[in-house]
Amino acid sequence: MTQFWNDVQVYGPGFLSAAWTVLWLTLLTIVVSWGFGLAAALGQRSDMKAVRATAAFYVWFIRGTPALIQIFIVYFGMPQLGIRLTPYTAGVLALAINSGAYVTEIIRSGLSAIPIGQTESALALGFSQRETMRTIILPQVFRIILPSITNEALSTLKNTSLLSTITVVELTLYAQTLISATFRPFDFYIAVAIIYLLLTTILTQLAAFFERRYARLY
Amino acid sequence: MTQQDAPSLLKLRGIRKSFGELEVLKGIDLDVAPGEVVSIIGASGSGKSTFLRSINAIEPADKGTMDFEGKHLDFDFNSRFYPSARELQALRSRIGMVFQSYNLWPHKTVLQNVIHAPMRVLGQSRAEATEVAEALLSRIGLYDKRDSSPLRLSGGQQQRVAIARALAMKPRLMLFDEVTSALDPELVHEVLLLMASLASEGMTMLLVTHEMSFARDVSSRVLFFDKGVIGEQGTPDKVLRDPESPRLRQFLHSILHDDLTVAGTDKGLIQ
Repeated sequence: MTQFWNDVQVYGPGFLSAAWTVLWLTLLTIVVSWGFGLAAALGQRSDMKAVRATAAFYVWFIRGTPALIQIFIVYFGMPQLGIRLTPYTAGVLALAINSGAYVTEIIRSGLSAIPIGQTESALALGFSQRETMRTIILPQVFRIILPSITNEALSTLKNTSLLSTITVVELTLYAQTLISATFRPFDFYIAVAIIYLLLTTILTQLAAFFERRYARLY
Repeated sequence: MTQQDAPSLLKLRGIRKSFGELEVLKGIDLDVAPGEVVSIIGASGSGKSTFLRSINAIEPADKGTMDFEGKHLDFDFNSRFYPSARELQALRSRIGMVFQSYNLWPHKTVLQNVIHAPMRVLGQSRAEATEVAEALLSRIGLYDKRDSSPLRLSGGQQQRVAIARALAMKPRLMLFDEVTSALDPELVHEVLLLMASLASEGMTMLLVTHEMSFARDVSSRVLFFDKGVIGEQGTPDKVLRDPESPRLRQFLHSILHDDLTVAGTDKGLIQ
């Protein structure tokens, strides 16, 4: 037991800051991925064929290739084209591009669940298309997709571990460095798992709170 | 009968609309004077709903012109009078529409449903919009439901809120698209009563309806739509009791069965 508390004192601060890195990487990625997802979901409904095609290609390409390869393309591949990003920027960008494709599909299904009459009644009162989407349709879509978007956020959180491959010092890479110095893989990987579990639990509880709040409104 | 001396509020000429190969509206002309209540009847697929939806351009016509409140719109795509998105918004904000399926917004309370457009479209302050909305909700007897979700209301109550939501914009013209068709029979009356009281206050109304007694008692004119044209029109007495065309006679017969309420004078909504 004294060994355990000793470990906590020695490695705890490092784990804490690595967990903090995971947290903000995740939050940043979620925000950006929602932007991509919303843009592509609305793009799929555009009047312009080129926009629809671009949105369709995006979803098709991202869902059809491994996240790890997408991360490598952004971090290792882009410099060849003259675009050099820090590991953190490249990591957030790649994960957001990845998650955005799934968010696109989630939003698309949410949009198709809203009856056309909701749009028509807003237009009939003189709202613009844009205002109708913003104040009538999207708030309803958000309530509908909250469970699936939570799932996607959990995936994003766990996918941050992939960024260990491009030198982002998050939980996984931090643990690996400790393990190579201490040769205690079981201890530290279990510790990492527990911290991920803690983070994902916080996220699900947060989502459950919002779901309850919206349920009350109906 | 059509008050030809009074200047018309709405003047439609040659309204045409096709869905793909199917021509649903084949050139409709209509003048509506202020305060007129025009009922539109006809078989399903006769184009009556499409016609109503073309008036506020929720489903814009392919061809035809429209004059409303001194504004001229031409729905021919090549015309210089083809309405811009902004002009369509302005038009719609002056024309209220009530739908068969109410279409209240479930993520907003009853009051929020009513004040949303006056605030966002007309730029009214919250206080101003709320005052108007609360007066309307009192009038329809749902003031105490103002903070409820619309989903907690009965169909008839929801439809009355939908009417209040349209009225909050102070429209010059109201369109009613089969507004009682989705309601349980015992809830139809409360909605029709509200519409009748609007009519008696001089609101100009166009309604697509299957409520023949309402068409008879409340409207100043009845149009019979038949295969995309106005097959017959005139006073309710003329159209409903003394139809000229075999098509209209057949239609009336098919919807009335042996029900003689239209021929009779009893049980009118407005005595």
